[in-house]
Amino acid sequence: MDFMVFQYPMISVQACLDGILLGILFALIAYGMALQWGVMNIINIAQGDLVILGGYIAYFMYLYGIHPAWGVIVSPIIMFFVGIAIYKLVINKVVDRDLFISILATFGISILFMQLMNFAFGADVVLANSDYGTTMLFNSNVVLPNSKIFSAFISILFAICLVIYMKKSKLGRAIRATAQNARAAKILGVDTEKVYAATFGINAALCGVAGALISITFTIHPYMGLPYTIRSFMIVIIAGLGNLPGVAMSGMGLGVFEEFADYILGTEFRIGSVFLLLVLILVYRRFKLSRKREYLK
Amino acid sequence: MKINKIIISFISAAVILLSTSVVSFAKVVGDKIVLGAAISLTGKYSSNGVHTQNGYNMAVDRINSMGGVKVGGKTYKFDIIYYDDESNPKRAAQLAERLISQDGVEFMLGPYSSGLTKAIAPVTEKYGVPMVEANGASRSLFTKGYKYLFAVLAPANLYLDVAIDLAVEKNNGKPVTVAMAFEQDAFSQDVRLGVLDAIKRTGSKKVIDDKLPKELNDMAATLVKVKQMKPDVLVVSGHTKGALTAIRQISEMKVDVPMLAMTHCDAAKLSKQHGKNSQYALCASQWHKTLTYKDDFFKDGMTYDADFTKEFGYAPPYQAAESSAALLVFKDAFERANSFDQKKVRDALAATNMQTFYGNIKFASGGQNVDKPMVLFQVMCDDGGKCENKVVAPTKWASAKLIHPIPSWSQR
Repeated sequence: MDFMVFQYPMISVQACLDGILLGILFALIAYGMALQWGVMNIINIAQGDLVILGGYIAYFMYLYGIHPAWGVIVSPIIMFFVGIAIYKLVINKVVDRDLFISILATFGISILFMQLMNFAFGADVVLANSDYGTTMLFNSNVVLPNSKIFSAFISILFAICLVIYMKKSKLGRAIRATAQNARAAKILGVDTEKVYAATFGINAALCGVAGALISITFTIHPYMGLPYTIRSFMIVIIAGLGNLPGVAMSGMGLGVFEEFADYILGTEFRIGSVFLLLVLILVYRRFKLSRKREYLK
Repeated sequence: MKINKIIISFISAAVILLSTSVVSFAKVVGDKIVLGAAISLTGKYSSNGVHTQNGYNMAVDRINSMGGVKVGGKTYKFDIIYYDDESNPKRAAQLAERLISQDGVEFMLGPYSSGLTKAIAPVTEKYGVPMVEANGASRSLFTKGYKYLFAVLAPANLYLDVAIDLAVEKNNGKPVTVAMAFEQDAFSQDVRLGVLDAIKRTGSKKVIDDKLPKELNDMAATLVKVKQMKPDVLVVSGHTKGALTAIRQISEMKVDVPMLAMTHCDAAKLSKQHGKNSQYALCASQWHKTLTYKDDFFKDGMTYDADFTKEFGYAPPYQAAESSAALLVFKDAFERANSFDQKKVRDALAATNMQTFYGNIKFASGGQNVDKPMVLFQVMCDDGGKCENKVVAPTKWASAKLIHPIPSWSQR
């Protein structure tokens, strides 16, 4: 236990800002997960691996002399098609089955992706340098890498675009209709098969954006996907499906929680604390549900 | 019908089992000495696994082309059976069993990493198979009383204690304050123990002692603490991702620290991935091409570097160099034992006292090499942004003078 974070107020400010910037990025990944969970009732364990794959796209652009920030545009385009391909090959066979089968299927995809990435890109830890510099605040007591600010900004931008797209476009409306009632949507002439494919593609594209941002701010490695899956799962559990402001808030909350856990408990418990929080929330939800059931009795 | 099927499958299983055990034969065949190795060709250690394999292959080719191994008046050539252990300790142990009991291998080369060596060592020990390993540095390997394990490299606890001594020396012999961040795996924790010993020995003080997780990609919290506490030395060890993450975030957060010491810089291709931001970092290394050790096969470090680069298209990291050295040790031991009796070869290995291009090799009773110090190099960049690793400690091998303290970010 280390309570340094409370002794120096500037460290608290630093932890909060770091957490919020990080949380916005998590929220973007979680939003993709919530979308496909809501529409297709699929929990995608391979979410984190899609993120890492997106990161590799940005990394390779960087390797060939293109600024990795362009990855934010190129990576989602490629990942969209990767997403559609995965849908056509695997997901469409499990989409109407129960949740357990889809978890197994996406777990398999996750392992496959890890190994393929390891095979294709090697096991080295890599990163893409943006050379964006640093912002100093409060008499340089708080430092924020511009790459983190950039990634939060881009995440917000993509989230806003997506919300508008969902509201205004024909496909967006079809997706929402399918999420509400797939059968009714089908009867009314919505091609649900196409909607599912597009949803999975959009989710993969969001992962692509997030991956590109992660390669700029952190590091990527074929086996680093799972923590991102867990975090987005956690955010969606807290926020609930189809609740975008909720996803954003719980994303930022999780980011700040992680940062403080990092300072107080130590970096080694960072991911562990996320797991712990997940368990606590699930227990709390159960508790609340059982109370409700008692009223009904 | 069903019972018939069961009987048939039982019999065929028994036949397969028998046939494999009948096929096994001792692995000095004709003029070939067949060594066995489980190497991580896939999985998370695959890049270092490949360096290891390249190092082994380079030495096999070189020794074979330069006359091979002379035992009992006859000349033998080396050959290696490789299996892919998938970076998985359980698999590595299984493969060691298979190499020994099915393929009949009588002498083994080590895998990559301390963890996998730990998994294999009990197997080779059980069968009395001498193993020369080049990539398992964890101290715990050498305290178990293994009789058949020999490591050509220096143990992990010696990686970074030199850095603390150096900092004290630069501080006019006065104790220093140390911030530490170590991953929680066997290797990094051994490095940590070595640093703790050095801190105690010099009367220094540790001000931060953080543990890094396996899935590390953010150590901002540790670095904020470093900014606050202003230690004299920051020590980081967390494999390649530790080195990469540290340099990225130290440069982004403009953390000023007089001395930064790390492990795995060359495996992380630090100067290539980070350019000038990695400047002044001190790195522990088992080997560097500018060291002036010599042998008859590879001549010296510079020649090895050139030959390896020519053959494999990249400069050899120390993981490759130490792997090549393992073969030289085996050759020497076979010739001194003048026999393929495992016990005699084991005794000859234990009595090894030789110099290779990689360093002097002499084994302590635990099997670790006690005759080769670690070196520290510092990343130094010219104005054009081209960076090079230059040995700065120990002074005997230094090719450049240590730059200390590291200039602050505002002056860079």
